[in-house]
Amino acid sequence: MSDNSALRTPSQRIAWTATIVVSTLVFVFLIAPILAIMPLSFSSGSYLTYPLPGLSLRWYEDFITSPRWMNALKNSVIIGVASTALSMVLGTLAALGLAQWKSRFKPLVLAFVLSPVVVPGVITAVGLYFFFAPIGLTGSYLGLILAHTALATPFVVITVGATLQSFDTNLARAAASLGASPLEAFRRVILPLILPGLASGALFAFATSFDEVVIVLFMAGPEQRTLPREMFSGIRENISPTITAAALILTSVSVILLATMEALRRRNERLKAGG
Amino acid sequence: MTTAYLTGANTQTEVPLKRRLRRAERTRQVKALALVAPLLVFLLFTFAGPIAGMLWRAVDDREVRQVLPQTIAALADWDGKDLPDEKAYSALASDVLAARAAGTIAIAAKRLNYALNGFRTILTSTARNLKAAPEPGTAKETLSKINPAWRERATWTTIKDASGPITGFYLLAALDLVQNVDGAIVAAPPDQAIYRSLFVRTFVISLSVTVLCLILGFPVAYLLATLPQGKSNLLMIFVLLPFWTSLLVRTCAWIVLLQSKGVVNDSLHWLGIIDEPLRLIYNRFGVCVAMTHVLLPFMILPLYSSMKAISPAYLRAAASLGAPPVTAFLRIYLPQTLPGIGAGSLLVFILALGYYITPALVGGAADQMISYFIALYTTDTANWGLASALGAVLLLATILLALVYGKLVQGQQVTGGMKN
Repeated sequence: MSDNSALRTPSQRIAWTATIVVSTLVFVFLIAPILAIMPLSFSSGSYLTYPLPGLSLRWYEDFITSPRWMNALKNSVIIGVASTALSMVLGTLAALGLAQWKSRFKPLVLAFVLSPVVVPGVITAVGLYFFFAPIGLTGSYLGLILAHTALATPFVVITVGATLQSFDTNLARAAASLGASPLEAFRRVILPLILPGLASGALFAFATSFDEVVIVLFMAGPEQRTLPREMFSGIRENISPTITAAALILTSVSVILLATMEALRRRNERLKAGG
Repeated sequence: MTTAYLTGANTQTEVPLKRRLRRAERTRQVKALALVAPLLVFLLFTFAGPIAGMLWRAVDDREVRQVLPQTIAALADWDGKDLPDEKAYSALASDVLAARAAGTIAIAAKRLNYALNGFRTILTSTARNLKAAPEPGTAKETLSKINPAWRERATWTTIKDASGPITGFYLLAALDLVQNVDGAIVAAPPDQAIYRSLFVRTFVISLSVTVLCLILGFPVAYLLATLPQGKSNLLMIFVLLPFWTSLLVRTCAWIVLLQSKGVVNDSLHWLGIIDEPLRLIYNRFGVCVAMTHVLLPFMILPLYSSMKAISPAYLRAAASLGAPPVTAFLRIYLPQTLPGIGAGSLLVFILALGYYITPALVGGAADQMISYFIALYTTDTANWGLASALGAVLLLATILLALVYGKLVQGQQVTGGMKN
C-alpha cells in the first residue's frame, strides 16, 4: 500500500516499527492464553502446569465417560439448536418487516428489538427468574430456549437486516411482474440471495446460546445444566484437567463457527466484487 | 406492481391513482408491521415483561400489609410524633395472633428486619409469647411486657413506613440513604452504607478496563487498517478467534496462567526472576487483565472500521502542505478516529459495567461488581427488593450510555454516508 512506501522519515519508520511491536504483543496477549491451556488437556498428570509429565487422552476419556459432562454437552446442543431455529424464524420475519416499514417509530422499535444485547445479563436473568418461576418455566428446557432466543434474535435481525439492505428490491419487483406470488418470489428469488446472511445470523444465534451462562445459572435445574454452566462450577470448585478438555471442545466449536463465518463473508465479498 | 400504476396513470385521472398508491402503501406498511409483530410480542413476554417485573419489585412493598392488615389500618392516621394509641396495639395483637395461626410471621419479620435491625426478634418473640386469651390490662401493657421495643417510637414508624403498597425504601437503600424516624431522608449508617462504594468500584474497574482496551486496541486497529487487505484479513483472525471463543474458556485460561502454581509464575520462577509466586489472580489485577482480554475485540473492531474509512489522501494532503508526520497524525488522523474511539470506548464500558462471570471467577471479595450483588441478593439472601433496586440503577446507567452510543454511531453512519 502507498502508506508503507511513504515511510520516508526516520521518525515515521520508528513509529511504524513501534506499532508493529506493540500490535504483536497485543496479538500474543489475545491468543496465548487460549493456546496455552490446550496442551494441558493432553497431559497425563493431574496438575495444570508445564512441562507435561507425559501425553495421554485420559481427560478426554474422563469427559466422554462422565454422565455429567455428556449431559451438559447434550443440553448445550439441544438448547442451542432450538433457540437458533426459533430466533431465525422470529428474526428473519422481523428483519423483512423492518426493511419495508417506514415510520418515525422505527428507530424506537429497532432499539427495543436490539436491547437484549445491551442489557446486562444479570438483569435479564433476574427478571426472567422472577417472571418464569411462578409459571413453571424455571428448571425447564422450554424456559431456557425462550430466554436464549430473546438474547440471540437481535443478532439475526442485524445480520439479516444488513443483507437485506444490500438486496436489490427491483429483483422482487421483477419476480412479481413476471407473475410470481409473494411467497414464490420469496422462496425462489429473495431467499437464495439472502441465504448467506441467514447463515451468518444462525451462526451468531447458535454461538450466543452455546456460550451463555448467566441465564442458565439462574434458571437451569440440575437436569438442564449446559457446558458453560458445568465449566463455571468446575472452575469454582477446582480446576481439573477435564475442564481444559471441555475448553478445547468448546474452542473447536468456536473455530468451526468462525471459519464458516469467514467463508461466508469471503463468498459475499466475491459476489459483490463480481456484481 | 410499478407497471400497473403506470398504466393506471394513463387511463385514469390523477386523484384515484394517488389514492390507490396511498392505499397500496398502507397495505404494505401493515404487512411490514405484521412481520415484526411476532418478535415484539415474543420479546414482551421473554424480555420486557420480566424486566418490568423486576423494576416493579424494586418498589413493591406488600408483605407487611398482608400480614398485619389491621395494624396498618390503625396506623393510617397516626402522626408518628408520639407512640400510637391503644387501637394500634390491640390491632397488632390480633394481627400477630392471626399471622401466627397462618404461619406468615416470618414474611413480615424479614421485611421489617431490613429496615430496622433486630425487628425479626421483636416480632417472633411477640408471636411466641402472646397468649390467645385476652390478658388483664391494655394491649399496650401486654405487648410492652413481652418486648419493651413496643414502647419505642422507631418500632412503630418502621411498621408505618413498610405499610406499602409501594416504597422507596429499596431504591434509597441502593443509594446508601434511609428514612429516619422523623421521615427525613438521611445518609445510611456507615456499616450499612456499602452501595455507593460498590458503584464507585464498578465504575473504576469498567473505566480501567476501557482505558486498557483503548491503549492496547488503538495500535492494533491502526495496523490492521493500514496493512494491505490480505495481510490484515489474516491478522484479523487473532482478534476474531478470542472474540468467538467461549467466555468461560478464556476466563479458565487466565486462571490456569495466573494462579500461584500457574504457567506465568512457574516460568518466572524457572527464569530466576522471582522466588515466591506473585499473587496475580483473585485480586484486582486478575479481574482487569481477564476483562481486558475479553473486551478488547469490542474496542478493536469499531476502531478498525472508523480508521478504514479515513482516506489516506487527507494525510498526503497534510504532508504536501508541509505538516510534519506527528502534526499530520495528531491534527488530521486522530480527530477523524474520535467517533471510533468514542463508540469503542462506550461499548466496552457498557459491557464492562454489567460484568458478572469474569469478576466472580477471577476476583477476590473486594473486586466484585454490582452484578455480583444483584445475583447474591436474588439467589442467596432472597432480598429481592434490594436486588431489583440495584438492578434498576444498573439498568438506568446502561440505558443512558446506550442512548449516547446510539447517537454516536448514528452520527458516524451519516458522515460515513456523505463521504461515500
